[in-house]
Amino acid sequence: MRKIRQWGFEIGAVLFTIVVFWIPFYFILVNSGKDAKESSLLTMSWASNSQYWENIKTVVVARDFMLVRAFINSTVLTVASIAILIVLCAMAGYVLQRRTGKLSPLFNFLILAGLIIPPAIVPTIWVMDGLGLFKTLIGLILIEVALGFPFAVLLYKGFMSGIPREVDEAAVIDGAGGIRLFFGIILPLLQPVTATIIVLSSVTIFNDFTNPLYFLPGSDNVTVQLTLYNFQSQYVTQYNLLFTNILLITIPPLLLFIIFNKRIVAGMTAGSVKG
Amino acid sequence: MNSIFKRTYSYWFLLPAAIIYFIIFILPTIMSFFFSMTRWTLSDWEFIGFENFITFFQEQSLSIGFKNTLIYAVVTCTLKVALGLLLGVLLTSKIRTKSYLRSVIFFPTLVSTIAVGIAFSMMMHPTQGVINTALAAIGIDGPDWLGDTRIALLSVAMVDVWKGLGFATVIYIAGILSIPAEYYEALQIDGGNSWHKFWNIIVPLSRPATNSVIILAFIGGLRSFDLVWAMTKGGPGFTTDLIASIIYKQYQGGFYGLATAGNVILFLVVTALAFPLYTYLNRKEVDL
Repeated sequence: MRKIRQWGFEIGAVLFTIVVFWIPFYFILVNSGKDAKESSLLTMSWASNSQYWENIKTVVVARDFMLVRAFINSTVLTVASIAILIVLCAMAGYVLQRRTGKLSPLFNFLILAGLIIPPAIVPTIWVMDGLGLFKTLIGLILIEVALGFPFAVLLYKGFMSGIPREVDEAAVIDGAGGIRLFFGIILPLLQPVTATIIVLSSVTIFNDFTNPLYFLPGSDNVTVQLTLYNFQSQYVTQYNLLFTNILLITIPPLLLFIIFNKRIVAGMTAGSVKG
Repeated sequence: MNSIFKRTYSYWFLLPAAIIYFIIFILPTIMSFFFSMTRWTLSDWEFIGFENFITFFQEQSLSIGFKNTLIYAVVTCTLKVALGLLLGVLLTSKIRTKSYLRSVIFFPTLVSTIAVGIAFSMMMHPTQGVINTALAAIGIDGPDWLGDTRIALLSVAMVDVWKGLGFATVIYIAGILSIPAEYYEALQIDGGNSWHKFWNIIVPLSRPATNSVIILAFIGGLRSFDLVWAMTKGGPGFTTDLIASIIYKQYQGGFYGLATAGNVILFLVVTALAFPLYTYLNRKEVDL
């Protein structure tokens, strides 16, 4: 009797997730295979004659291959931001954890502030404009680095405290300076956090909508999330293409999720439970 | 030894990150206080005192964002805590499908907010939408989710909960798993039932997880922008406008001073609520 109840409960839970969590994705999937007229009905049924391939081709070539350019831009943005973020935050976390002094409380406060305070938009544009970096990919990369800094540095600082100081001392006695100690010994030891930051930041930066909207406007340098936004106004009557676009830009996070599921979950909880 | 120490842990390591963080984050934050009191065109500014703030609170189309933001943050945060805790308990219990359930609930966290917003706004279409079609099939006349001024904000908040619930659940799972087994053993000896287990052990001892979820969800709620923008653009009227979407609208309209005043208001709301909340929750935190 207990067993039946247990099974009933589990089946109920699975059915519930199908209704609540699968249907939106199923909805996107079926509608991206329809023609414009059929998709405008917004139903859940399969396409009467499915045309996935045609829709994909249309979306890809639309507006002078905007989606392709967007994928290139987003990839460059994500890879470059993460590379800079990792090196700079690991260096900062290394010093901030090892060297505590009068300035430490101030540094900690500024880092905490960065986690909480929303960035001031127009003044940031003003600063970027003054530096000649507004509406450039480099400018947006620096913004992603600055906004990702507090979280990454906290993770590095936390992990650094688990690396014994004896490691440093041994290297210093062997004659290693700070640079050799850090790049030769510490950075390789930080590899688990680095992996976590790579996976988490790649999802965040790839999915970022607000920052490209403000700091990289215009259709020349568009990123993937903005293509969706641009298509939303362009394809008012062609939902099928809008859904195809959603489908295509959801593939990278889906792949990351399938490969790194455990790491993502572990990283997110590590960063939040004791920050 | 001291000079070796300083050389080994030189502040030069900190400098590149500090420069970027200062120029791109700290400096604009400080400047925002000044520019919020100006009429501003990026190249030129005119000092006008608190006029932008007065406008912000007098214009009904702007001040509504203030109220909406608070409602939105409280509603999404409360639901994420309540549902996250329940799912956390469920997914740490002896159930066979838990790794499947965990993945399914977590996946929306990784999907683009804009994509989720667009998909749900179509599903919430008043006549053709999937949700109302399904409700009609069981004889319920579904409302106009995003068109009815009374519920539009709540509809968006529901989608926010749908997307963010996985994250809250995962934090709760980590918190519940870190409760030492002795507590459960003690309860078994005392003959407590599963309600006692939930109410007297899990709820109080997963307090650190609760604190994290409250802080993250609340700050996230106050700052949210993309979901509302993808679903309603603040409409119908201004009924779903949040402070962040008002900032964007004023920016688009070229009212840079007013947009910055909105930013300062958001800054003040977040710090005025989040910092005390943070200290309060951390003071009452239990030691495991």
